[in-house]
Amino acid sequence: MTDKAEASNPDHVTIQVDGVEMQAPKGAMIIEVTDRNGVHVPRFCYHRKLSIAANCRMCLVDVEKAPKPLPACATPVADGMKISTRSERALKAQKGVMEFLLINHPLDCPICDQGGECELQDLALGYGRGVSRFTERKRVVKDENLGPLIATEMTRCIHCTRCVRFLDEVAGERELGGMGRGEHTEISTLVGLGVHSEMSGNVIDLCPVGALTSRPYRFTARAWEMLSHPGVSPHDCVGSNLQLHHLRGRIKRVVPRDNEAINECWLADRDRFSYEGAYSEDRLERPRIKRDGQWQDCSWEDALEAAAGALMQVVEQHGGEQLGALVSPSATVEEQYLAGRLMRALGSRNVDARLRTGDVSDQVLRPAYPALGLPLADIDTLDAALLVGSNPRAEQPIVNHRLRKAALGGAAIHYLNPRRHDFNYPVAEQLVAAPSTLVSRLAAVAAVLLEERAGEAPAGFRELLAGETPDDQARAVAGALREAGHAAVMLGPLTEAHPQGAALRALAGLVADLSGASVGYLSEGANTAGAWLAGAVPHRQAGGKAESSPGLDAVAMLAEPRKGYLLLGVEPELDCWDSATAMASLQQAQTVVALTAYVTPALEACANVLLPMGAFGETSGTFVNAEGTWQSFPGVTSPLGEARPAWKVLRVLGNVLQLGGFEYQSSEAVLAELHALLPEDAGETRMAWQAPAAGQDSGGLERVGLLPLYGTDPLVRRAGSLQQTRQARDRSVRISPATAERLQLAGADAVEVIQGDQHVRMPLVVDEGMADDAVWVPAGIRETAALGPAFGPVELKGV
Amino acid sequence: MSAASDFVRTFFLTELLRGLKLTGRNLFKRKVTIQYPEERAPQSPRFRGRHALRRYPNGEERCIACKLCEAVCPALAITIESEPREDGQRRTTRYDIDLFKCIYCGFCEESCPVDSIVETRVFEYHMEDREERVVTKQQLLVFGDEYEKQLAADRAMDAPYR
Repeated sequence: MTDKAEASNPDHVTIQVDGVEMQAPKGAMIIEVTDRNGVHVPRFCYHRKLSIAANCRMCLVDVEKAPKPLPACATPVADGMKISTRSERALKAQKGVMEFLLINHPLDCPICDQGGECELQDLALGYGRGVSRFTERKRVVKDENLGPLIATEMTRCIHCTRCVRFLDEVAGERELGGMGRGEHTEISTLVGLGVHSEMSGNVIDLCPVGALTSRPYRFTARAWEMLSHPGVSPHDCVGSNLQLHHLRGRIKRVVPRDNEAINECWLADRDRFSYEGAYSEDRLERPRIKRDGQWQDCSWEDALEAAAGALMQVVEQHGGEQLGALVSPSATVEEQYLAGRLMRALGSRNVDARLRTGDVSDQVLRPAYPALGLPLADIDTLDAALLVGSNPRAEQPIVNHRLRKAALGGAAIHYLNPRRHDFNYPVAEQLVAAPSTLVSRLAAVAAVLLEERAGEAPAGFRELLAGETPDDQARAVAGALREAGHAAVMLGPLTEAHPQGAALRALAGLVADLSGASVGYLSEGANTAGAWLAGAVPHRQAGGKAESSPGLDAVAMLAEPRKGYLLLGVEPELDCWDSATAMASLQQAQTVVALTAYVTPALEACANVLLPMGAFGETSGTFVNAEGTWQSFPGVTSPLGEARPAWKVLRVLGNVLQLGGFEYQSSEAVLAELHALLPEDAGETRMAWQAPAAGQDSGGLERVGLLPLYGTDPLVRRAGSLQQTRQARDRSVRISPATAERLQLAGADAVEVIQGDQHVRMPLVVDEGMADDAVWVPAGIRETAALGPAFGPVELKGV
Repeated sequence: MSAASDFVRTFFLTELLRGLKLTGRNLFKRKVTIQYPEERAPQSPRFRGRHALRRYPNGEERCIACKLCEAVCPALAITIESEPREDGQRRTTRYDIDLFKCIYCGFCEESCPVDSIVETRVFEYHMEDREERVVTKQQLLVFGDEYEKQLAADRAMDAPYR
């Protein structure tokens, strides 16, 4: 827009700042205008993403005709306003405020983790006095325990209340508050409950002083000595943008990188603190071979020869179809692409990154990759949404944050889950149903929409409805979706793991079609979308071209044991849909070659060759997030010990196996090759209706085995601080009060969980929010690693 | 200058005599040469010799791992690693000075907020192995203990000017 056009814009006013004319939208605060025009006004409490508190008074500026200096953050602009940010009166006010702020602020910058990146330190240099006039004693405030992630030093607090406002407005839980007045003001947890938000780490960035700092990072480095490189979060399908701060080859901390389209300026705790897992005790630093039942360290040459030899032997003796590859859904596309290429070159189409997919019957029909169907940023402006089998608060905290913004803006957010989850915003309707009845409940919503449209029910629909009559909840969901101008249906990881996933997907598509909503997937892992496009699925080649006949999917290749397996970044006992079968199949196999960053007892029990691969921050690569954005990132630190980035290991394995075309010089070359294969219309999320098989009601207890917030992948499971949080320590089995009553478990605090021949003892919680007959037994944790399928019949026995 | 005057000067050895005059004059002047190591020149309390880490009188090490010395060191001779000690205090787990890199500028001492890293008056030392050039935290602390009396006295003397 030209200056002239802007001046004539009726929504704009003209103000003068330090003698320079500026255009400002009506109602904007002075500080927003000065920030946009590069005029610096000092501030502590103002933050562009938080509400205005105007309690630090540091941003006082001189406004012509105003009797006193006014706070720039809380003064709206008016036409013709003449503002001076550096006049004598403004400076005097700012310096006065600074003097008051420093009265009680301790002079402990040398031991403060904020030292060197402290807003108070920086501004004190410009606005503070050389020598303090205050000779009295400074006040001391007792620290509070805010949990394993946030370290406190409340004496340093200057009461800007950014943390209070963040937890209230963004994280959605009022966990901190200001107590007392004046000099007696203290920021504290409201009733000593601590801070447990899944986004709590952001208060560390927000705190302008060193009152709230990172506990895992505490005292280990200084802001000025670390190198900073960009990265992408490897934990969920959002792909939050990060900045990795590292010193002498070790990642010291992770901070958010602003990207309004993805994570804004926030970061979930899982993304922020998971780096600790890269330095866990059980990192594999040297290749290992099992010789006569004994594990021995060996050279890369020996290990690769052994791996290639063992794989070749399986191919020669039993044929390529006897090989299977399980690829982590959080591996980079380069790794997934090379794993797929390697397997296909060896004559096997059995390669799958969908480790926890319970139903693949509709895989051929599905679009190129499980996309969200709308840009992440558009979630903010949804008017209605239905999330099926999804708990974004634990699965994609940033998506939850955006849904929260939509909900606070008036959107009707609906959930269909086997458990009523605790959300930090008003949810319109939570439909709760046991896994086997999820299908009919969703069908009921579709039935309402069909009724209204007087449309013909597609073939097979009546069977899915299974006699269910739409209740008020179903009508409310259908009504909200149809009425909304901008609505979305999203399918969470539960639908992927569900044994009738195809039915849920078909019905979600139908609901979306009938109501005019978009449909999309919130997939598991950081790169499930990438895996579909890179050919790390058995039914699609790289670039999404269909295989003439699909290979075996992850569940099938473990249920029908193969002779040889290739594992890429997988912990089979925790990452697979059916842990017990996975371990049994891997243990009977002739050959298991595992590329892994960690050595675990389970891998030692089943593998023949362990090849150490780079962990978080050590590998260059690319993730494709749910909205289909390709985000490449560099390798930041060199891998620990002799570990190597997995794409390099796969490349050399290809060379040793004498497969053609494995001569890549960089991960960019791998990516370029894949890019050339990609289709143009990859973003389509809708698929044609095909009557899915109707499941039968099991009639007994059904397991709901989902990955917990801090159990999603090998890295998070090893992040020490995250594992001490309340969310990670809750590893209980949950059942509804009615189910507990029926099983005579009402008063029990532990229970025996039985699946087939497997049984484990777990703590029991009777949860009002559980659907009857559904048993919440988390997957991805050591306690339940012995059990069978994530979804399926389960028995409970009192102990 | 003519050839004749050159000849006269050479014949009467005037240059030699002039030289002897200088020698004669210095023969009776006060001597400034010091017979090191038996004799020593006086040292300033600000002398910048080999480094030491000091302790407080109660035996607690002074260093708080603020890393300002590491940051200010123009020769990148200092390497520090830190973490919370058992009692939660900020402490170094590693404090290495590479004496080959060090240029004895004294910036580390100047930057230290707690007078922990100091330079002693010791300037005579050697090592028999290149590895020994890196002095560790433990060595620096022992060295500091040994010279604490002198270090404290020097700092007290210099205090009015700091």
